[in-house]
Amino acid sequence: MPEVKTRDFPAASAVSILDPQIRMALQRAGTGFDGGRRECIEEVTPQVWEEWREQARQTKLHTLDHLDYYLEMLEERVSANGGQVHFAADAAEANAIVADLVRTRGVRIATKSKSMVSEELNLNHMLESIGVDVYETDLGEYIIQLAEETPFHLVAPALHKSKEEVSRLFTEKLGVPPMDDINALAAAAREALRQRFLEADLGISGANFLVAETGTLVIITNEGNGRLCTSAPRIHVGITGMEKVIPSVQDLAVFLRLLPRSATGQRITSYVSMVSGPRKHDDEDGPEEFHLIVVDNGRSRMLADPDLREALMCIRCGACLNICPVYQKVGGHAYGWVYPGPIGSIVSPMLVGLDQASDLPQASSLCGACREACPIRIDIPRMLLHLRHKLAEEPDAGGRAKGTMPRPIANGFAKVMANPGLLSATRKFARAAQAMLLGSPISPLARGGRGIRKAGLPLLSKWTHSRDLPEIAPRSFGEIWKQELSNPDGER
Amino acid sequence: MTVCYPNHAIHPLEARIDHRNADPRRPHRPRTGFGKALLVESRTQADLFVTCIIDQIYPQVGVSVVRVLRKLGVAVGFPEGQTCCGQPLYNTGYTEQARRLARRVLDGFRDSTYVVVPSGSCAAMMANFYPELFRDDPEMLEQARTLSSKVREFSQFLTDVLGMDDAGATYDGSVTYHPSCHLLREMGVRNGPIRLLENVRGAEYRELPNAEVCCGFGGTFSVKYPHISEGMVADKVANVTSTGADTLVSCDMSCLMNIEGALSRQGSDMRVRHLAQVLDDDGTHS
Repeated sequence: MPEVKTRDFPAASAVSILDPQIRMALQRAGTGFDGGRRECIEEVTPQVWEEWREQARQTKLHTLDHLDYYLEMLEERVSANGGQVHFAADAAEANAIVADLVRTRGVRIATKSKSMVSEELNLNHMLESIGVDVYETDLGEYIIQLAEETPFHLVAPALHKSKEEVSRLFTEKLGVPPMDDINALAAAAREALRQRFLEADLGISGANFLVAETGTLVIITNEGNGRLCTSAPRIHVGITGMEKVIPSVQDLAVFLRLLPRSATGQRITSYVSMVSGPRKHDDEDGPEEFHLIVVDNGRSRMLADPDLREALMCIRCGACLNICPVYQKVGGHAYGWVYPGPIGSIVSPMLVGLDQASDLPQASSLCGACREACPIRIDIPRMLLHLRHKLAEEPDAGGRAKGTMPRPIANGFAKVMANPGLLSATRKFARAAQAMLLGSPISPLARGGRGIRKAGLPLLSKWTHSRDLPEIAPRSFGEIWKQELSNPDGER
Repeated sequence: MTVCYPNHAIHPLEARIDHRNADPRRPHRPRTGFGKALLVESRTQADLFVTCIIDQIYPQVGVSVVRVLRKLGVAVGFPEGQTCCGQPLYNTGYTEQARRLARRVLDGFRDSTYVVVPSGSCAAMMANFYPELFRDDPEMLEQARTLSSKVREFSQFLTDVLGMDDAGATYDGSVTYHPSCHLLREMGVRNGPIRLLENVRGAEYRELPNAEVCCGFGGTFSVKYPHISEGMVADKVANVTSTGADTLVSCDMSCLMNIEGALSRQGSDMRVRHLAQVLDDDGTHS
């Protein structure tokens, strides 16, 4: 697995939020991708959109309920088509399967189309370590491979790179002259990659969907690189998560409508490639061998938890990233692992361990915009709450509070709020303390604006860093009710 | 193909809407001239859950809520001993502690016809999350569902229960409206508050750009990740200010505490009001 930096979220997000280039890139994703998504919904009408969402959701729920059945069907049909299915329990097993294919088939050069699961495996690193030259062929993935970075966004991995940066990178790594035209940059990448497509012995792809009924791997791309990767080399290896299976080709239709519209605001992508096994005897081209590696890598843990299994319905469209006010501030790298944004805040803790990623479920205001945007209506806020609950239930280790709120504070709050007399006494004390501190020249509290400007106290200081804080009111509403409002004409 | 649809997959809001439509307590509003006596007979009873933030920090909002409801002929009660709905505990994962507070609310409002909550967030806690808190406890779940069917956020009570788009209020100034996230996405209240504001005499309603983006409060989120929260509220303040309105209105004091805190820090003189304060002729400048 690639290095897990999910613990760095608080610090990393504090840095990335200040980066002007990231800010500009995120605005593009917000207005471009999310704006396009909204236009698509208007075009098909919100009513039809809701019907599609419901249909897709039901299909995914059904498939997850019978995942073992459909995975067996998939294996059987892929085999019947002349391919081979490998089930990998974790990243190490998946990498070992690929490494074995490389050794036994004498693979020297591999081309890859976009695959987030291969990022989970750190597959490129493994391939390089056994002497394989591996080339990402999706333009965004190619850029970040050259820059030795990780994807910034689920569908736009190099979203954060300006064209000036890409030009410098290409000049340095490809030896091409500087250029400021995006099409020229794409042409330079195409030129560099074309030879690789022809040389490669191994083509690696991900999968957007696996159709059980027909044993078909489906990828949707805009650049055509996926089709080259899956057809030109003599071996094609598809690598994906076990949740990508759907029952039938009929079921695929609604996902092909939902995914591009949700991801980039496109009605359809430029390419929809459906691969059902290797070259048949009368085919003119296509790979000699087709291998499908179906990866678990923690997904069974999610499947087993009824409160989290919904996260396995994700089709990686990135709509939740484009609308999330937190992702839109901090960007993808701050999340510290393969999957960023709201869905990443559930998937990462489940795949790398909640302990490693305890800061992520807290990185949400629970505004619910992600659920509204999700084409599968995945209830992300409720799963974040569930993870927060798991964190709060765990004993705090090493003095590091895992929950948003330390347990003693939660217990204290509950105790006071469960006892109106105690609340009233606490209020009196707090009012007195507030008056005393606000009246003292050497106090951590100072008035300003419409309330308290400075509060040099734990937690409160985090609020008053950029916001003024209201004072506790002289009388509570309960007191005002008793004194002035109760029983106007015999009401209770 | 058998489609399995486990219970937990049904959005509680959808589940709730069903039994709401069948609510037998929904009052009949008189439509004829001789309905006056009838009006007294069927005077709507509502108990106020004032929320802890209004109780402790913004009591004048609670006063406006009571005045507006009474002006509209509602018999308002205030069950004693109410404190907090438990949302801060629920949202931080302390469900057992949250249940402790939820039980008190279920008990305190057992006899209510309607429970009016001047906060979309606290209303969502009571209406949507209480049933989840007690999903493994059939007896409490029944109570939670009953309470859920009675809970209405303040604006929702006006528009859906009283069937009112015009509260007969007057306000001098231009207003813009921030829809709080839980009111919008948990309670499903989108247009009601805007209709109420548009019908306030003397008030000019101005649409807020990017209105449905969170203000960045998020409870403990605001102090767990102050840098992100600050960035979000800065965007909200920029949008609010761009309207040129002189008053910002919302139905949640926690969001308004956040936005007003940032406005205040910037030296803005924009007024910040709960919807009830704008609908309360006597209370708008309190």
